[in-house]
Amino acid sequence: MTDVDTTEPAGPAPPGGSQAPVAAAFIVAIAGGAGLAVTYALGGQNQLEGLCLALALGGIGTGVVMWSKRFMPVRYESEPRAPLQSTPEERAAFEADLAAGGGTFQRRRLLTWLLGGGLGFLGLASIFPIASLGPNPVPGLKSTPYRKATDDPDGLRLVDESGNPIHHTEPNVNGVITAFPEGSVGDEQAQTLVIHLREPMREPLPGQEDWGIKLSVDGSETEIIAISKVCVHAGCPVGLFEEQSQLMLCPCHQSTFDLMEHARPVFGPASRPLPQLPIDLDDDGYIVARGDFAEPVGPGFWDMYK
Amino acid sequence: MTGAATPEPPVEGPRTRLGRLGDFFDKRLGLARLARAALDKIFPDQWSFLLGEIALYSFVILVGTGIFLALFFTAGQTTVTYDGSYAPLQGVEMSAAYQSALDLSFDVRAGLFFRQMHHWAALIFMAAIIVHMMRVFFTGAFRRPREINWVIGLSLFLLAFANGFAGYSLLDDQLSGTGLRIGNAAVISIPLVGTWIGSFLFGGDFPGDAIIGRLYSLHILVIPLLIAVLLAAHLTILIRHKHTHFPGKGARDDNVVGQRLWPTYTAKALGLFFITAGVLALMAGLLQINPIWLYGPFDIANVSSASQPDWYVGWLEGALRVMPNWTLSIFGYEIPNPFWGGVLLPGVTFSILYAWPWIEARLSGDRREHHVLDRPRDRPLRTALGVAVLVFYTVLGLAGADDVIAVAFGLSLNAWVWALRVGCIVLPIASAFITFRVCKELQLRDGPAPATGQRAPGGVTPAGDAGGDEAASSDPVPGPAVEPLERLDEAKTPVP
Repeated sequence: MTDVDTTEPAGPAPPGGSQAPVAAAFIVAIAGGAGLAVTYALGGQNQLEGLCLALALGGIGTGVVMWSKRFMPVRYESEPRAPLQSTPEERAAFEADLAAGGGTFQRRRLLTWLLGGGLGFLGLASIFPIASLGPNPVPGLKSTPYRKATDDPDGLRLVDESGNPIHHTEPNVNGVITAFPEGSVGDEQAQTLVIHLREPMREPLPGQEDWGIKLSVDGSETEIIAISKVCVHAGCPVGLFEEQSQLMLCPCHQSTFDLMEHARPVFGPASRPLPQLPIDLDDDGYIVARGDFAEPVGPGFWDMYK
Repeated sequence: MTGAATPEPPVEGPRTRLGRLGDFFDKRLGLARLARAALDKIFPDQWSFLLGEIALYSFVILVGTGIFLALFFTAGQTTVTYDGSYAPLQGVEMSAAYQSALDLSFDVRAGLFFRQMHHWAALIFMAAIIVHMMRVFFTGAFRRPREINWVIGLSLFLLAFANGFAGYSLLDDQLSGTGLRIGNAAVISIPLVGTWIGSFLFGGDFPGDAIIGRLYSLHILVIPLLIAVLLAAHLTILIRHKHTHFPGKGARDDNVVGQRLWPTYTAKALGLFFITAGVLALMAGLLQINPIWLYGPFDIANVSSASQPDWYVGWLEGALRVMPNWTLSIFGYEIPNPFWGGVLLPGVTFSILYAWPWIEARLSGDRREHHVLDRPRDRPLRTALGVAVLVFYTVLGLAGADDVIAVAFGLSLNAWVWALRVGCIVLPIASAFITFRVCKELQLRDGPAPATGQRAPGGVTPAGDAGGDEAASSDPVPGPAVEPLERLDEAKTPVP
């Protein structure tokens, strides 16, 4: 390349030195590669594979770098940097050519408009397949399978993760069971915490005073409540129960809910209570839901209250 | 050639075997001049210019290891019963995706090794990109004419980020499922269109049965293709602009001082590729990463405490954690809490980053072309701002692991979260102030700007300042004395 200017034609000579270390690096690489082949042939072993491949690659890499540092020329040169921008003449010539070609479009106004229309409608039509990607999201976000309980005088049984109905004697005091509506085990929106509080909820929400099941255990008043397990912040299952303080903690972002006060958030990013589920007992003493959650469960969204 | 081809004079014929091979292509493609220009291209060498190369090499390794993994991975959410060789999970129901990831880890020869190398390469890829971006930012390499390459680079960062998240979400283990759940909550928090976007991504409500397959298409086809295209553009523009250089050694805005690409620089670059790959191989062999068999298959009703994402996602997780529980109601419509940390913060962050070259040009009034880099100390305001931003996101990253840190140091989680809330505001301001003072101090210590080049890379004696008028006009530090652009043409005369 003729426009490379050698600022110092000779340049400092390569430092030179022994070629033994370079050779050693390449020998290590050969050994590493051979070792890798043997490791594979014998069935493979993760640590050995890593070690052998690291030796093979690292040997080549270090060898080549040492080679370049010892035996290759070190010469700093200066190359001119031509201006990036084209000359005014070049720009003018480009613009003229572009305009000349563009003129053929401009002369046929009607055709240009029609072509634009064709492309436009093609673009419009191509938007609609997006709708195949997913259904209208809102119904699924606003209700859960518990809605079936609303019109059913018998209510809808709560079942555990294996599908067994939950008897009111099952959760011990301070016990927590993950429950689902019967027939919908594993439904994300319907996962429910059945909690046996050691004393009745102190501050239930107005109108929800009788949404739990008041019991008497060993002479003291207790209450079984059911609340949504889906964190109202980012949707993680709220899974940590602190018996001492009767607090539920979400392990993802540490939102903390006070069960004594209608599962109101007391710390962390959650901004509303975990919605409560109205429950009762059926004739056999099993826990049933009397309706759906008080409000949409899980993380909030734009039209959740509409 | 047709008929009686003119016989080439023997002196111009190729003399070596390599030359004859080159001749074959040159006759058909006429590449000799271009190829020679490539060999002789001058490339400034300075250690920090290699950070982007490490990112490039990591990408190459990601593609290579990824091809191997794709031969074995099944991106399906159908329920299967595990019967592979990892005893604790035998008989457990799980998705086909998780099962194939277990098989890769236990029953495919070198499968675990490639899985771990792929994952480590992704982490190093992100780290190299971020450190490379820091180098570009702090040295002002984003200024005109490189604004477009800054925008492309930032887009590469976002694509790499998205592909990293998509990649570890594919395995459908308990941890990745939790990450997707949180991602879904962030998406549906977007005003007006959020729930629709969520439904289009997941094929309905979370978790649905479509997300793994869709992420897989994105992860192995769409995003890598976009990365490859943008990477090609990034490098083409780099060649078009010629690399920036640090002041000294005769570096000016109208020249480029460095070594020819061939052979020394090529050898070093090749060596760096092999060393990068070697280090990744060592990590893949000896350092366990993402042991999905310990997490178990994804179960919507379960989550383990200490659920942390990959390191580069930590700042988003931290932003969700330290955000006070604010929401906004507008005429009965809700803007839920995850919107602030999960959507607004990254949105604002990347909008500002994209616009930064133009914001800075507006603030400084400097719209000239720059090819000589700034030393960070010579631009104390920019450096202080950059440090503050880095500290802010580092604090958020720490917040992403606040539960682990609280347990490890026996702190009250609530007190620690409050400390982080205060810290992510106070520490950036304090560090900006300190950085500014340190820059000023370093400038003073530099004393009067030296006229000739210092900071020769690799301890090599500077070559470009062997007297002469041209060399004397090399950029003093601070504030490169930029020659007027009108004189660029004259500067083509060789340096003595």
